[in-house]
Amino acid sequence: MNALPEAEELLPPLVAELRARVTPATAMIGLYTGGAWLAERLHAMLGLPEPLGLMDIAFYRDDYHKQGLKHDPKRTRIPFDVDGKDLLLVDDVLYTGRTVRAAMNELFDYGRPRSITLVVLADRGGRQLPICAQHCGARLEVPEGMRLRLKRADDGKLRLELEHAG
Amino acid sequence: MPGNPQLNANGELQHLLSTEGLPREILTQILDTAESFVGVTEREVKKVPLLRGKSVFNLFFESSTRTRTTFEIAAKRLSADVINLNIAASSQTKGESLLDTVANLSAMQADVFVVRHASSGAPFLIARHVKPHEHVINAGDGRHAHPTQGLLDLYTIRHYKKDFRGLTVAVVGDVLHSRVARSLIHGLTTLGVPEVRVIGPQTLLPAGVEALGVRVYHDMLKGLREADVVVMLRLQNERMSGALLPSAQEYFMKYGLTADKLALAKPDAIVMHPGPMNRGVEIDSSVADGPHSVILPQVTFGIAVRMAVMSIVAGN
Repeated sequence: MNALPEAEELLPPLVAELRARVTPATAMIGLYTGGAWLAERLHAMLGLPEPLGLMDIAFYRDDYHKQGLKHDPKRTRIPFDVDGKDLLLVDDVLYTGRTVRAAMNELFDYGRPRSITLVVLADRGGRQLPICAQHCGARLEVPEGMRLRLKRADDGKLRLELEHAG
Repeated sequence: MPGNPQLNANGELQHLLSTEGLPREILTQILDTAESFVGVTEREVKKVPLLRGKSVFNLFFESSTRTRTTFEIAAKRLSADVINLNIAASSQTKGESLLDTVANLSAMQADVFVVRHASSGAPFLIARHVKPHEHVINAGDGRHAHPTQGLLDLYTIRHYKKDFRGLTVAVVGDVLHSRVARSLIHGLTTLGVPEVRVIGPQTLLPAGVEALGVRVYHDMLKGLREADVVVMLRLQNERMSGALLPSAQEYFMKYGLTADKLALAKPDAIVMHPGPMNRGVEIDSSVADGPHSVILPQVTFGIAVRMAVMSIVAGN
């Protein structure tokens, strides 16, 4: 557990990388829940003019037929026109790639972005789909059966946590 | 009845038959999920892939255009295949039993049955006999229940009033014959609305209605006082021929919602109606089309609520 990096310390270098990528058409979308927290921070630090979009991919998951709707989905809100945008898609942890697949499917029901760039705080490996992150705060080895999650404290500080997958 | 026939062994919603006996958590789950679907229905592509490959059978043993259409739209927006069966015009007239009809449809690989029937309890009977992966949604049975209408009413109230605690809700008119009223009242009390009133003539209120946890008013002027929400029920024309009511004009005088009567409610009160409306019988046109009316938003929310119910039951 001690091996986990401090999430807060990963933010400034990630922002520095992203700043080089920002175009006049850049907009950001965070994936609930951890990705939304991370996106709120990155969006503010970058000072992007377009308001932040937030997405819950529950209606696009590929395990619905096995799992059903296991939590109450939050409402996706994308307060800008997706057409022609350079989108920064933000999630906390990249694992199998299935969430990102679902997110891209949902995004294309909103319009046709010019590009999508994947930004994650941590990549834990274990990919099951041909997806990779262009910007990644840290690469971590996480044993199978463990879940790596982003937590947000009451003061807004982010931190990574390992827990046993239920 | 052993346990709640609507819930599976894990306490999840397997069928939606009635709002009666549904725990608060499940009502809230449906309303929260519906809110996310409202977002979908406002997009240009109003469709999600959730029920792709599933078949929804609309079994309407009693005619209905609006409810059947909204279920059909909801299922299509979930990417399901929808089959509409107007049973009055099919095998039932040739003597096939209800369960035989359902068994035949089940053999055609159904996943969800949306059932409307003139007999109270018909959807319960079907739910008891379907296979474990099949789900039944009650779209109105006799005088008993119309849970998706009750849920969309709850959704509408929450949308405009934000919180159920502290509300006064008045339900006006033919409560006796109204499955909508019953489904709504059960939901309101479960979600913690402190004051639910029913307003109507003695002949149109069921005996012992107080047992549902409501206050009874025969004088509409008293019952509307300080109400946050006014739900008008449709007066079915066929009731007029019996001995229950004197005339449509007299009913309108005493129980029709006019701007004058509505002024007794709170200034920000909302007016709801499940439709179809009888203008000039239970509601004045100036109110139906007025600033307090949320009757058309109810219809829009109804699609999102039905999407939520179908996606929750079909996944459990």
